[in-house]
Amino acid sequence: MDIPIDTYELPNGLRVILSEDHRAPIVAVNLWYHVGSAHERAGRTGFAHLFEHMLFQGSEHVGANEHFELVQRAGGTLNGSTWLERTNYYETVPSHHLATALWLEADRMGRLLPAMTQEKLDTQRGVVQNERRWSVDNQPYGTWWERLPALCYPPTHPFHHSLIGSFADLDAASLEDIAEFFRTWYTPDNAVLTIAGDFDPVEARALVQQYYGPIPRGGPRPALADMSLPPTFGAWLRDTVEDDVMVPRLFLASRSPVFGSDAYYPATICAAVLGLRRGSRLKRSLIRDQEVASAVSVSTWDLAKGADLFVIDVTARPGVSAERLEAATVAEVDRLIAEGVTDAEVERALAMLETDIVIALQSAGDRADKLSLFATLLGDPRRLNEELARHRRVRAADVTAFARTRLGADNRASLLYVPKGAAAVAA
Amino acid sequence: MTRPAAGTPRPYRFPRFTRHTLANGLVVLVAPVPDLPLVTIHALVDAGASHDPRGQEGVAQLAAALLAEGTQALDGPALADRFERLGTTLEVGGDWDTAFVEVSGLATRLEAFAHLVAEVLRTPGFAERDVARLRNERLAELLEQQAEPRGLADDMFARFVYAQEARYGLPPGGSTASVSALGRAEVAAFHAARYTPGTTTMIVAGDVEPEAVLAILGRALGDWQGTARVTAPHGAPDAEADGGRTIELVDKADAPQSEIRVGHPAIARGHPAWLRAHVMNAILGGLFSSRINLNLRERHAYTYGAFSSVDARRHAGTFEVATAVQSDVTAPAVSEILAEIARMTEAEVSDDELTLATAYLDGVFPIRYETTSAVAGALAKLVTFGLPDDYYDSYRALIRAMTPADVLAGAQAVLRPEAARIVVVGDVAQVAAPLAALGAGTVRRWDATGAPLDK
Repeated sequence: MDIPIDTYELPNGLRVILSEDHRAPIVAVNLWYHVGSAHERAGRTGFAHLFEHMLFQGSEHVGANEHFELVQRAGGTLNGSTWLERTNYYETVPSHHLATALWLEADRMGRLLPAMTQEKLDTQRGVVQNERRWSVDNQPYGTWWERLPALCYPPTHPFHHSLIGSFADLDAASLEDIAEFFRTWYTPDNAVLTIAGDFDPVEARALVQQYYGPIPRGGPRPALADMSLPPTFGAWLRDTVEDDVMVPRLFLASRSPVFGSDAYYPATICAAVLGLRRGSRLKRSLIRDQEVASAVSVSTWDLAKGADLFVIDVTARPGVSAERLEAATVAEVDRLIAEGVTDAEVERALAMLETDIVIALQSAGDRADKLSLFATLLGDPRRLNEELARHRRVRAADVTAFARTRLGADNRASLLYVPKGAAAVAA
Repeated sequence: MTRPAAGTPRPYRFPRFTRHTLANGLVVLVAPVPDLPLVTIHALVDAGASHDPRGQEGVAQLAAALLAEGTQALDGPALADRFERLGTTLEVGGDWDTAFVEVSGLATRLEAFAHLVAEVLRTPGFAERDVARLRNERLAELLEQQAEPRGLADDMFARFVYAQEARYGLPPGGSTASVSALGRAEVAAFHAARYTPGTTTMIVAGDVEPEAVLAILGRALGDWQGTARVTAPHGAPDAEADGGRTIELVDKADAPQSEIRVGHPAIARGHPAWLRAHVMNAILGGLFSSRINLNLRERHAYTYGAFSSVDARRHAGTFEVATAVQSDVTAPAVSEILAEIARMTEAEVSDDELTLATAYLDGVFPIRYETTSAVAGALAKLVTFGLPDDYYDSYRALIRAMTPADVLAGAQAVLRPEAARIVVVGDVAQVAAPLAALGAGTVRRWDATGAPLDK
């Protein structure tokens, strides 16, 4: 299936994507800024995400928390999220409220700074520090999503540091930082605006022109540090963490081809062969046959620069040691490398990925987000309509070749969580 | 700069559906949604956790989970392979009232899906080894939860708000003691008693025609026989714990945050005040812009988020406020929560607050039903709670007609701040004394296994 895609660019550099669909009276507005935690400067870890919070604190014509209120009063849903390479903001509203959603996003893109105050910054700093406690510090294994990139990317690499940030760096963030970050990165020429769903294209173009046309283009943006990395770690990296947990858990990561590259598609099929649903190799072997694991997932982080991460995540059954969990997991990866994958395994993976893609495109918000993703990270929203074909071109031999070049002992990182005291007992 | 005005709303109707009954008593609901080449089959079975026999708490959810682990003819890997080669996965699960089996995939594969779903419902394998494995996975989950403060807080909250003998006081998946006692015999007996044509509704939503669906389901399930039996004959699952307000403190040493739950049993889904309570909850703690979230998050920065809910069950589910706050503000956060609950029962909300909630619930309605799975899920709610077939057509008008007096009535029907149980999973050393100083109730201390710390 093809979804309709119409793109154009405003003179100020804002890229606009329109995708009409009149099945339900719903429209999604989705705005991606090409800035994430990778763009933070030293001493300001967590700033991109803290900044995302500040975007809900009002702008010149919108009061604090009024953004949420106006969208919900319109019957809409909304949120934002920060990732290593990008930050997004999105609303899905009944279609007769399209103008409100577009206007709200434009007011904060064009006129954020008049609304910023020290009090708001202090409050959101407290909220974000509680978000860190909630999602990282007071959750079993919660530190994994900052320890894993720290283990897998060199200290100078923009993907190395924590996305949620340290308490000290969050404390150091100032209003001047807000202004500088905003002027540098939150500009129309560093953004993609997608409108998907039930709208009239003539009316939508007029609204985009009216609200976004007057916003000036940004200045030059600083280049990121060199993102390039060798294709493998060149060693087996290790980090073992004693944590307040009841059973061990292993994150086995490999350096993997960047999102959207030709070599990326065999990696995603390989992830499905290993870990997607009950019929996958690791679920059958580790959960069902050997009963050493209670949960398995395999995924790619979908990073578009430098190197992506291919991550196997396995939680032990009670009574299974960390060593045994790792040995059993590694044995399956080694077997995949030695024997290769079969055509039947690739067919199974493709059948499920195809259905997943079609099911995801039912929702206007998901369509809009995917279009923004491909436009922001790969420069072309039409890549969304090519996804099925790109997956279908993958052959079993391609997947085997990926496993042999990327999942070997010279390209593994083991982040292993063990219950407190367990390491001492094992020693 | 002038704010944009709203345009003219475009019409929306919840998808039409038809209701049929096969000769063996099996009810079929078909909702044609022809927009994309997809279909969802949702088999809804009146076999939720409140049907667990006493002493076998957890058997309903274990039986539902085992449906995906193989049939008499196909072992687990073979069954998974059949579904996955069709580009779909069998989803199984259950809540307090019902269990379900669901598949979503390309509508051209409806017949193949239907025969597989029928095989799963009628002739599950329940192999000894699979029963033992899934039982042990549930036991592992309970063990892991001792270090996971959110799940621990939820389970301890249920334990303290319901009476000791009430089914709702234990987790729907059962406790370590009850799950340890489950084996193949218990699972098979539960399945025989509750998985029958008369207790099952087949809901089909997507790019399909009713006639074709009925013909296919007739072939797959028309000769299914069986008579349901009552498995949980004694007592109401929602009996409330005796005594007044208490503070139940579960120790997690050095925790940087306290997980807080405040509430009590509320009302059954079928209670006449349900919709009023639903709107009331949106204003109190259901929306981002609710009183509790704006207070605890945006005014005090105590938390990343604070929300309230009224759980929909056939008997009285919980009203609860749930949040996680940094440890040193645990007592003031509890105090603010209690004050917000009380304030809701004492005075009418403003028109501004009311219209925010009603405009949201009215407007967001079409956004909830974008997928075939969501449409099937909405129909499953009609069946579970015995709601009228035109419920989704009348819902929005009922919401728009709500008044501040209705919301106050909803609050007074549900909220009982004086009877609230306050459950905190946190660092006893930091939070016990400030909580006791609140004077909001006796503080009792527990460890993560649920054993008392006070002698």
